[in-house]
Amino acid sequence: MTAFTLNGKSVNVNVSPDTPLLWVLRDTLNLTGTKYGCGIAQCGACTVHIDGAATRSCVTPVSAVAGKKVTTIEAIGVTKVGKAVQQAWIAEDVPQCGYCQSGQIMSASALLAKNPDPSDADIDAAMAGNICRCGTYNRIRAAIHRAAKGA
Amino acid sequence: MGNLNETEIDESRRTFLKVTALAGGGIAVGVFLPGAARLAEAAAPKPFAPNAWVRITSNNVVTIVADKSEMGQGVYTAMPMLVAEELDVDWSKIRIEQAVASPVYANPFLGAQATGGSTSVRSSYQRLREAGATARAMLVSAAARQWKVDAASLNTENGDVIGPNGKKATYGSLAAKAAALPVPKDVKLKDPGAFKLLGKPTKRLDTPMKTNGSAQFGLDVRVPGMLTAVIARSTIVNGALAGMDGDKAKAVKGVKHVLPVRTPFAEGVAVLADSFWTAKQGRDALNAKWSGNTALSTAGMQKDMLELLDSGKDAKTARKDGDVTAVQPAKTVEAVYEVPYLAHACMEPMNCIAWVKPNEVEIWAPTQAPGVNQFVAAQMSGMKPEQIKVHTTFLGGGFGRRFAQDFLMEAIQLSKATHAPVKVVYTREDDTKGYHYRPMAICKMTGGLDADGNPVMIKARTVCESLSVGTGAEPALIKDGIDSTSVEGLANMAYAVPNINVDWVKYSPGIRTWFWRSVGNSQNYFFTESFIDEMAHAAGKDPYEFRRALLAKQPRHKGVLELAAQKAGWGTPPPSGRARGIAVAESFGSYIAEVAEVSLENGKPRVHRVVVAADVGTTVNPDTIAAQMESGVVYGLTAALYGKITFKDGQVEQSNFNDYPMLRMNEMPKIEVHIVPSKEAPGGVGEPGTPPIAPAVANALFALTGKRARSLPITI
Repeated sequence: MTAFTLNGKSVNVNVSPDTPLLWVLRDTLNLTGTKYGCGIAQCGACTVHIDGAATRSCVTPVSAVAGKKVTTIEAIGVTKVGKAVQQAWIAEDVPQCGYCQSGQIMSASALLAKNPDPSDADIDAAMAGNICRCGTYNRIRAAIHRAAKGA
Repeated sequence: MGNLNETEIDESRRTFLKVTALAGGGIAVGVFLPGAARLAEAAAPKPFAPNAWVRITSNNVVTIVADKSEMGQGVYTAMPMLVAEELDVDWSKIRIEQAVASPVYANPFLGAQATGGSTSVRSSYQRLREAGATARAMLVSAAARQWKVDAASLNTENGDVIGPNGKKATYGSLAAKAAALPVPKDVKLKDPGAFKLLGKPTKRLDTPMKTNGSAQFGLDVRVPGMLTAVIARSTIVNGALAGMDGDKAKAVKGVKHVLPVRTPFAEGVAVLADSFWTAKQGRDALNAKWSGNTALSTAGMQKDMLELLDSGKDAKTARKDGDVTAVQPAKTVEAVYEVPYLAHACMEPMNCIAWVKPNEVEIWAPTQAPGVNQFVAAQMSGMKPEQIKVHTTFLGGGFGRRFAQDFLMEAIQLSKATHAPVKVVYTREDDTKGYHYRPMAICKMTGGLDADGNPVMIKARTVCESLSVGTGAEPALIKDGIDSTSVEGLANMAYAVPNINVDWVKYSPGIRTWFWRSVGNSQNYFFTESFIDEMAHAAGKDPYEFRRALLAKQPRHKGVLELAAQKAGWGTPPPSGRARGIAVAESFGSYIAEVAEVSLENGKPRVHRVVVAADVGTTVNPDTIAAQMESGVVYGLTAALYGKITFKDGQVEQSNFNDYPMLRMNEMPKIEVHIVPSKEAPGGVGEPGTPPIAPAVANALFALTGKRARSLPITI
């Protein structure tokens, strides 16, 4: 049994402790907003926040989050920064296929929570781990700047 | 030819061909099948549903049915815009519903309900407007009867019929009466000058749900009692199982079944469990071993292809203007280009749920081809296509890959074997090694210039696989022995050169090939547009002016070429350390020119800015067009800088994003898109942005360094 806080609520899961958090979220807890893209922390589609830090859930064993606070895309809008990021994403009409966008938004929210007015270089550093095959990067950058102004 | 033998391949593809040929044959379908939509309608009282795209209930809910697959290209918004414009409804209040597969939605360009070939707007521009206009005309008729006035005296606005003296009735209040009226055959469409939605930048309807995790992709679907399958597929191309440890897989706690699967693309062993992670652990424990032709290698294929390039064995002539052998050029230019196999790398790995029941098969899939899925599933289950219910989810990328049937075939086999709903999930590695590749191609171009530097002849010979073989689209794509995907972008070169010869030598090494965003144009415009640049330099002329002169009688090519050059500041000095390159390409009915501004950083190309000029004819949603041009550029640029699937010892060498890299945020150029105002018929937008970028970048690098990148990915 592993106990942690998920989106503000206590959860207790009975899975093998080495199961990646991604699959616990998706298959055990039925929270499918967090996406599987590569399984080796190369694409960022699975990004969640663990105690506020953007983390690749596909390589994080569930045992590593025992007692910690996990936030997923489903609840990021509860935070002021997360809400601003989502609104900026809508204003810039960022998504195309949309599959990577949960991870993009989680990475962007973590960046803005730490750094309320990131430079382009800061954005490059924080977002280079998130792949988008539709090529929405310029709109992501514009949305992060927009959220920074509004947040 | 040291590689696999062709009969072997054809043999294994035969079943697939049989079932999918049906889909390529072209099914004639009328626009309106009264009753088709009503079949899907369970709610009472009966809503007003005059065709398969519009449904209005008496409580005034307006539903527009989306029949194309949303894979990022914006059809979930653009298709309803076409209906809503003519229906005259409040855009903010409509409900969108994804169509359950039906022949009524067959794409007239593709012969079955499918999304591909950049055909969505082209195939729907008329029929979806008619669908909206028909519904509107019937609602107006219903109001005219109710108010006992002439229908011609009535107007509509935002979902209301407006009558004399401020009379107003909601569409919902007229729905029951309208449903009793006959469906008119000819309806008048709006004058484009009166459009409120079409041609105006419109926010995507799927954006909010794609920012909060609620958009449902195929991988997100869960069906009660469902098993998840992860499959060990042959790691050797066309290989066979040589051994495995099934007991070890079964020993993994939670593993329910270990079963064989087979498609024309690969043989495999599936491990089924109640969750992905368990199934994957079981799959890994299998330790499956494969045997086959381990001599297959990229180096060997390259050697074969170069031999064919020289011998021209069984070359098929795709274009012959004048006589290239009769001219005596003052100067001859010659170059050999090469591009590799490519995987699509959709962000959402391939997946599919199938549930084979006694009298029905239900499928949930991120699929580009629900109509083809129906035919394949019907054939495999011994049922009729109408017994196959396909639910199309959002697609986490498509790029042609999701036109394929492999994931569906596997899911159906496994559901049949287990009598349970089965979700087949490809890992990223499975997806990269998934045997559906853009073909490798080698092309030799020879050009002749007269004493004034004018081109007098161009000769092109390309060697590549016949991509269409095994896709089901052979009847449409292979004519007179020539696979159009092998020569598109070469045979249709638009430059005014009096003597042109283009031929194709088919090469069949046994690799599975598939449609990849912009298909043959993706490699052939690299050849054409690099070579025309080489000829310009050999003639001592500016590459833009050289093209412009040769396109004098091609107004749409010339229009985008001039616009891109002007917006990019062609002829003015680029920022220090950078150079510009230009390319122009027509594909899928659209004309695109791109100028790339490039430098070298640590010896590697760095693209700073791309200016796109796009003539896509009549537009539906300009913001989507801009987004698709940006997307097409990034897709093509990723391939130009990194894309390469190679073979060694019979196996694919790449596996995941660590060795099949993608363009990332920190490498992203600025992209400026300029859309040419046009009243021409709509062209495609999903693919045409891709072909010009690789040559534009290679041409810029030549301008910068004097070195010519003739093979992709670019190394300099």
